[in-house]
Amino acid sequence: MTTSIRVEHLSKRYRIGLAPRRYQTLSENITHFLQAPLRTIRWIQTPHQDAEDTIWALRDVSFDVREGQVLGIIGRNGAGKSTLLKILSRITEPTEGSVQVRGRVGSLLEVGTGFHPELTGRENIYLNGAILGMKRNEIDSKFDEIVDFSEVKQFIDTPVKRYSSGMYLRLAFAVAAHLEPEILVVDEVLAVGDAEFQKKCLGKMGDVAQQGRTVLFVSHNMSAILRLTQECLVIEKGKLALRAASSEAVDFYLSAGNTNAGERVWDESEIPLSAAPFRPLALRLRDSRGQVHDTLRSTETFSIEIEYSVSAPVTGLRIGFYLNTARGEAVLTSFDTDDPFLYETHTSRPTGHYISRCTLPADTLNAGRYSLGINASSFAIRRYFEEEQALDFNVDAAGAPGTQWPEPRQGVVRPRLQWEITG
Amino acid sequence: MTRSAALVKTEPALLTFRPSRGWTALNLVDLWTYRELLYFLVWRDIKVRYKQAVLGVAWAVLMPVVNIVIFSFVFGYLFHQNQGGVNYPLLSAAGLLPWGLFAGALGRCSGSLVGNTNLITKVYFPRLIIPIASVLSGLVDFGISFLIVLALMLFYRFPLTWNMLWLLPLTLLVVITALAVGLWLSALNVLYRDVGYIVPFLITTWMYVSPVAYSAGLITGRTRIVYGLNPMAGVIEGFRWAIMGSNPPDVLFLVSIIMVTVLFISGLFYFRRMERTFADTI
Repeated sequence: MTTSIRVEHLSKRYRIGLAPRRYQTLSENITHFLQAPLRTIRWIQTPHQDAEDTIWALRDVSFDVREGQVLGIIGRNGAGKSTLLKILSRITEPTEGSVQVRGRVGSLLEVGTGFHPELTGRENIYLNGAILGMKRNEIDSKFDEIVDFSEVKQFIDTPVKRYSSGMYLRLAFAVAAHLEPEILVVDEVLAVGDAEFQKKCLGKMGDVAQQGRTVLFVSHNMSAILRLTQECLVIEKGKLALRAASSEAVDFYLSAGNTNAGERVWDESEIPLSAAPFRPLALRLRDSRGQVHDTLRSTETFSIEIEYSVSAPVTGLRIGFYLNTARGEAVLTSFDTDDPFLYETHTSRPTGHYISRCTLPADTLNAGRYSLGINASSFAIRRYFEEEQALDFNVDAAGAPGTQWPEPRQGVVRPRLQWEITG
Repeated sequence: MTRSAALVKTEPALLTFRPSRGWTALNLVDLWTYRELLYFLVWRDIKVRYKQAVLGVAWAVLMPVVNIVIFSFVFGYLFHQNQGGVNYPLLSAAGLLPWGLFAGALGRCSGSLVGNTNLITKVYFPRLIIPIASVLSGLVDFGISFLIVLALMLFYRFPLTWNMLWLLPLTLLVVITALAVGLWLSALNVLYRDVGYIVPFLITTWMYVSPVAYSAGLITGRTRIVYGLNPMAGVIEGFRWAIMGSNPPDVLFLVSIIMVTVLFISGLFYFRRMERTFADTI
């Protein structure tokens, strides 16, 4: 077996603020430049650790990929997956280490890169194909196939700005799906589009894998990872945490506690004065073992924990959360004194430190991304504190009913329902 | 693997990416490999430019005509530039022809990288393709402007001479000049968005210090050498010479050529040096 990709001691350092501070101005830089000698002196004096204003997005990552292997890459947002893909796709250079690739690398970090709204579907196929690295005669010979796959044949000479978002995505993916490099690098492109389309894309990905091409596949969709890959890398805080068979890697990823994620802590400075005497301290998500986590299993219970303090007695206070999907659709709203008994026993809360905890039953939420908001108020009297989007989290449906089929299921809930089949 | 299969399958190239430091080679082979992308980007720019304009390509005719009329009125009529029997409309048209190509190309080129952020952060290709494409896409407008100049020549019964063949290398020189300056500005624009504000001002100022509205024949002696430091001065006078048979290229042209060469080569290397951080800083 030949090696298709060899990554050795790969590191990538970013200057913090380089990306977010988009509009550096000349004057800022002149100031920076004038301060340079001073900084250099300080830098020499202090034993040189990493400079304060830099972060390592990747640190000393090494691995090999065999030709024809489909390797999954999983990790939390900001773990360094995208940076790794960008280096492999040659978009950015590593700071240290090296990458060797055998053959053409096709990267799909996004579908429809370079699509121009004013151009027609036909024109965009050629443009996008060329951007992805296809030769003109290659596009010519695959043109009909691409159009068929996209299902937008009758609109092929219409500017794509008139397309629905679904048509646009189908066309964009159709071009990408017909790219035939020796190595394909795919980042979460399956997260878009409707369920039908996602199914088609997953099918196409499976085909690609069977043609013996090397594929690197990044996804937050654990079902897709399990379906398409045999082996996975787990990236944590820029380091390679584990390389293992996919099922093991997915388990590791879902159970590895990460205290930063799954928790929102309020700093005193963030709280408006109007909130007093209420003061929110933290909002946490705990999995069934009590660990704070931002990725929860659909098949297990989890709890939402609100920690707060009250600096003067409050009457009628209720603490609750809003649960919404990442797209902003409301899933449910619940308060700690919804229950008549608790309502009676907690008409007034004396000064003190509290935790209100709500446990959600297993088999409730479908896979996807959700967001939690909190609200502390006395009904019809006063709202002390509210934050609509305090904490985001993921639900993974691995093991949920129906996951034997690698298809996304529509809907927000995924209960375990009773079926009977009579014959 | 069977023998025939082994013959069909070509051994893919082994590529290594590692951090590069300092000045790097231009890697023109890579540029050649991606020539089709260059073609498609030029084609996209041209196509999109006129797609949703009611008058479409008519703009490419209208703008130079309006310019020639205004110049002829302001400088030719009000300021009496047409002394000594010079045909001022043609003099300004011959100056506006290369200037229009240069100004348009420079404007597009300096904003080209920032305008294509989505490509730069998502796909690899030699980044040089983007400024080159933005400059080349001006050639269609240039071709139309040239037809207007031809029409003017016929109207004023100016003879068409073999000298006009010099327009081909001269046009290439304008393209290279625009690219030379554009490479610097487009790469700087990635770091400093101030460039976006400076460029329109720069272009306007540059036009007045170039022999667009007047003939460089007004400048004589030693001053011509200094004047030639403006790389556009030589080439615009070259256009006039090829079209109207005015003063042939002299020391001014030579100085301009040297300036262009220096700017172009330094621009290429500066661009290459900055290229590796574009995706991180843009």
